[in-house]
Amino acid sequence: MSSPLALDVADLSKKYGDRMALSHANFEVPMGSICGFVGPNGSGKTTTIRMLLGLITPTTGGGHVLGESITEPEKYLPRVGAMIEGPAFYPALTGFQNLNVLAKIGGFATDSIAGLLDLVGLGDRSDSKYKTYSLGMKQRLGIAAALLPNPKLLVLDEPTNGLDPAGIHEIRTLLRKLADSGTTVFVSSHLLSEIEMISDHLVMLRLGKVIFSGKTSDLLAKQQPVIVAKPENISDLNKLVQIATAAGHEAKIIENSVHVTGTSDFSAKLNKAAFEAGITLESLTPVKASLEETFFEMTGE
Amino acid sequence: MWNVLRAELTKLRRPSLSVSTLLAVAFVTSLITSVLFLLVDSPEGNGERGVRIGRDVLSLPTGISLSFSNSAGLLGVVALCVFAAQTAQEYTYGTLRNLLVRQPSRMKILTGKLGAMKLFAIVMVAFSAIVGIALSYLFAGIKDISTQAWSTSDAKIAVWHGFINVLIATIGYGIFGMILGLLFRSPISAISIGVIWNLIFEGLLSAFVKNIDRYFPGQLLSIVAQGGTDRISYQYALFTSYAFLLGGLAIVAFLFKKRDVAN
Repeated sequence: MSSPLALDVADLSKKYGDRMALSHANFEVPMGSICGFVGPNGSGKTTTIRMLLGLITPTTGGGHVLGESITEPEKYLPRVGAMIEGPAFYPALTGFQNLNVLAKIGGFATDSIAGLLDLVGLGDRSDSKYKTYSLGMKQRLGIAAALLPNPKLLVLDEPTNGLDPAGIHEIRTLLRKLADSGTTVFVSSHLLSEIEMISDHLVMLRLGKVIFSGKTSDLLAKQQPVIVAKPENISDLNKLVQIATAAGHEAKIIENSVHVTGTSDFSAKLNKAAFEAGITLESLTPVKASLEETFFEMTGE
Repeated sequence: MWNVLRAELTKLRRPSLSVSTLLAVAFVTSLITSVLFLLVDSPEGNGERGVRIGRDVLSLPTGISLSFSNSAGLLGVVALCVFAAQTAQEYTYGTLRNLLVRQPSRMKILTGKLGAMKLFAIVMVAFSAIVGIALSYLFAGIKDISTQAWSTSDAKIAVWHGFINVLIATIGYGIFGMILGLLFRSPISAISIGVIWNLIFEGLLSAFVKNIDRYFPGQLLSIVAQGGTDRISYQYALFTSYAFLLGGLAIVAFLFKKRDVAN
């Protein structure tokens, strides 16, 4: 039996004038997963998120959020937390007051606000006006606002924008913790290394079209791994390429190393062949294709 | 709707808005009251468009409420600015998307906002009445104007009627501001267009074209605040101005409901 879905989208499209912002998108996000939503700027990520949250009307197609049709957002939004296209708050109100406004509108308990501000590291700045916050602090407030309804689905658009490395690490840990407690996290980001580290599912967009939707591991498994061999003597680079090519593997010289396409099984064979040919290897490292490389390969960027 | 109203009140209560608005209300009421009483003997007049309001009129029971009744036009401009800014800033700050995620019913957002701003208008008009009446007593003493009739039951009725009429007018101007805020989605555009329309366009045309004020909502609201005039009745001014405003509000509410929120 397939796992229940937090999100499913079928033939979803949005057209602005002559431009298709999103074209016949189909994808599914299982409940309890962390799903990365990636694509170059202008690929339709924010348009998709806005349609899922009832902010814009699809031109064609539809979908479901937490089992409810996206045509009836009032049925699922009380269980959804969202930060869309960066944080947006009232500059003259404090962080606490801004969350208080949103809690009142949503009918949520306001006694959780202080705890949420502590959770995102804003406890000691909760009484400062929003206009005095740094970009990173604004981002943290946006995440706290998204957590107000104690959501079953958390939709975050570029949540790590403006955060320092420690902040990025904290957010990554928080998202993992939320997913472990059963919250589905749908997160768009241009930091592909971040997405790779946290997401177990992935939806990839290019020019308004879904070019991949599925498990991150499945996508990365499709990519050929590479072995990076660095000879002690640079003059041995060409000889090393010949050895790898003779064994039926693609090889090319990049800087002072030879990049050989092949799984880690070939590492030992390459090491032995190099030794027999009188080449001493300084290092021999099997490297898995990263999401970034895969992304660039698939999008042709 | 009540949740939205409560949330809106949190925003309206912030000192930078509430204190500055009440200061503006105090300023316009003081200005009108001082002109009304201190220039009572001026040949240039002490009322709107050079009209002379004599000591005999000021001594009547209705004299106590004349100051804030005459302030309605400027109070309306303040209300227009507040309502327009509070509505349009949701677009410029990008906060509308947050509101709609937390309350997807756009009509509830709109009615909650309008309800909260009406409460704000009540505070504005009440404050104007207090300032206007207090200054009326002060200036009447300075100019030797009799205030004997101001403590009669007729005077209390006049204050109550004046309060209701000024409130209706002020809310009307505010609704006009809200319409402009929803239409232009920018506080600066909404406020500047609203003020230019009300003070310059309607004001100038009404001064030069006879009877054209019968068709201008801003002019009609001013007449509502005065309780009607010899030329235009209270009922006509009330129904015609609110017909314009509610029609406009219905159109922008429809646009607000249907329009994509893409910013």
